[in-house]
Amino acid sequence: MAEFTTEDALRSRWSAAARPRAVRWFSGLGVVFVLGAAALGLLATRLTGMSYAVALAVAVVLLLTGGSCLGAAVVVQYPRAVGRLLQRLGLPLFLLAVAAIIVVAWAPVLLWPDKPLIVRDVLAVVGAVGFVSLFASFAIWWERKVAGRIQSRLGPMRVGGWHGWAQSIADGLKLFQKEDILPGGGDAVLFRMAAYVTFVPALSLFIALPFSAAWVGRDLDVGLLLIVALFGLGVIGVLLGGWASNNKWSMYGAMREACQVISYEIPLGFSLLIPIMVAGTLRLTTIGELQAGGFWTWLAFRNPFTLIAALTFLIATLASCKRAPFDLPEAESELVAGYMTEYSGFRWALFMFAEYAEMFAAGALTAILFFGAWHSPLPAAWGAAWATGPLWQQALHGVVFSGPLWLIFKGIFFVYVQIWLRWTLPRIRLDQVMHACVQFMLPVTMVVLLAQTFWQLLVPAGSVLAVALNLACTVLGALVALGIASIAVYGLRYRRRLVGTLVVDHLPGS
Amino acid sequence: MYEAIAFYLLAAVVAGSAFGCVIATNIVRMALCLLGTLGGVALLYFLMAANFLGVVQLIVYAGGTLIVIVFGVMLTSRAAGVRLRPKRSEALAGTLICIGLLAGLVTLLVRTAWPAAQSEAQAYDVAWLGNELLSTYLVPFEMVSVLLLAVMIGAAFLAQPSGKDKEPEER
Repeated sequence: MAEFTTEDALRSRWSAAARPRAVRWFSGLGVVFVLGAAALGLLATRLTGMSYAVALAVAVVLLLTGGSCLGAAVVVQYPRAVGRLLQRLGLPLFLLAVAAIIVVAWAPVLLWPDKPLIVRDVLAVVGAVGFVSLFASFAIWWERKVAGRIQSRLGPMRVGGWHGWAQSIADGLKLFQKEDILPGGGDAVLFRMAAYVTFVPALSLFIALPFSAAWVGRDLDVGLLLIVALFGLGVIGVLLGGWASNNKWSMYGAMREACQVISYEIPLGFSLLIPIMVAGTLRLTTIGELQAGGFWTWLAFRNPFTLIAALTFLIATLASCKRAPFDLPEAESELVAGYMTEYSGFRWALFMFAEYAEMFAAGALTAILFFGAWHSPLPAAWGAAWATGPLWQQALHGVVFSGPLWLIFKGIFFVYVQIWLRWTLPRIRLDQVMHACVQFMLPVTMVVLLAQTFWQLLVPAGSVLAVALNLACTVLGALVALGIASIAVYGLRYRRRLVGTLVVDHLPGS
Repeated sequence: MYEAIAFYLLAAVVAGSAFGCVIATNIVRMALCLLGTLGGVALLYFLMAANFLGVVQLIVYAGGTLIVIVFGVMLTSRAAGVRLRPKRSEALAGTLICIGLLAGLVTLLVRTAWPAAQSEAQAYDVAWLGNELLSTYLVPFEMVSVLLLAVMIGAAFLAQPSGKDKEPEER
């Protein structure tokens, strides 16, 4: 078999007439944006105060947009050269891009906290966009790898070299070049708009999602409620996309989505109420700081009811992210991707980005509400001296005790759980989905809500019963974690016996 | 000044989508315009630092728009390409109601004494809001919840299949 490389993955789909036009548009727009950014930057040096901040913020956005347009022009014009470059220099370039996004997005926020709020906001938005794009590319590649391993396949192996790591980047560039198809009998305006109506809420919820007590775009006292509201808004885009496709399978997918999300919002809301009741606030940073004292103070392990609420929340987020076993709206084997069937190219990519952004947000929310937020399992009090020490001690504190890295790690872990479930569980029927909601999730969450109310009224915080049940739940949680870890170790130890012959040669260490 | 710019932009979005909702003839487009209006109003609340109100507006009306779209699709899917146009009498009645409403609102706006703007918009604390709702304003709050309960019972009663066309038990 001929070697399949990054170049092949990037091979352009433009027709001969469309390519020069696209290149002209992209490069023209890019030049205009970059020139505009330069002019605004020059103008900004003469301004002061708020106007300076606004001009600078707009200039940054224009510069980024223009740079992306120019990059797109280069990719469309020279796909093979870009592919070759990606193959040779891909990994260093990729790591450089990651570092650049982190520096551009977050360093100013931390270094100049006294800068005007709008500069901070623009940088937070850039950071959120960068994080979502990076995370979605990573998660799509990872999902394909995990799916492959679960099915004794390899998954993507060739693009970029090491285990096909550049597959998502190549796919993204390819999707970017694809023709944007509109279904003939559909509603073109709504069809175009649906992708944005899905993507924008999924992106904007990162403004209120704290990565740690300090790393948060806007620390709102209604942060949790805002995130839930934006979760709900994404559904409208799905419904519009399905309807505007003028295709009965897409319509079925969209109606299933609406049906499912409306039903599961109720158990989701009831499960959310438990941590809100314990913390007495809707502010996510306060809920997170409540769990700073080691993993036995994590909200999921406070008492049996919070533990059950954590589980029901996890199940309900599966349904609202349309992940298996609740992936009926997409159902690729019966509805051919449901509401996304008619989409291609960039708009399809927006739907995928929205899905993975929502998955990460759901995982991060699970971590913040129930599993210690941005704190490591160690009590934060042990590292209090490091938190205010010199810079290297602060960095070490961020890694060992509490920091954004922990939240990202936990979020990715819960995304991993969602991926496992998708590739191990069968899809259930729609009536079973509704029965599971109405006859199981709803009663359980209602009973848990009632029980937690009485618990807070009747059981004082330091009493023997509270401590004993806290201990029991912690031990249970630790045992589950230990079980997962030992299954992983077992899998690694006996990997040659567990996977297919094709995979064996590519296992790490062979 | 920037708040004024943001206000006029959002107001244009709200008014534009409201107008679009009126002139659109397709029910799903109407619903999308409605979403634009209600979402724009939510953003206006955010601009006025009424964060809780803004979020509630988003939650309630996003769900409401969703239902409108679902019902719109279910009720109009039989007749493909149906265009919703009001009859002349309906248009007349609508115009009269709107003129009355406009007159009322304008009178209200003119007669109200507007206090001078505070120097800085203060965000209301959610905890304070909750306490007020469950103490000072307990009676209206409970009355609204009883009303909602009655609506729910009524909806369940209407959705209940009548004796004749009851579907056979699924086994």
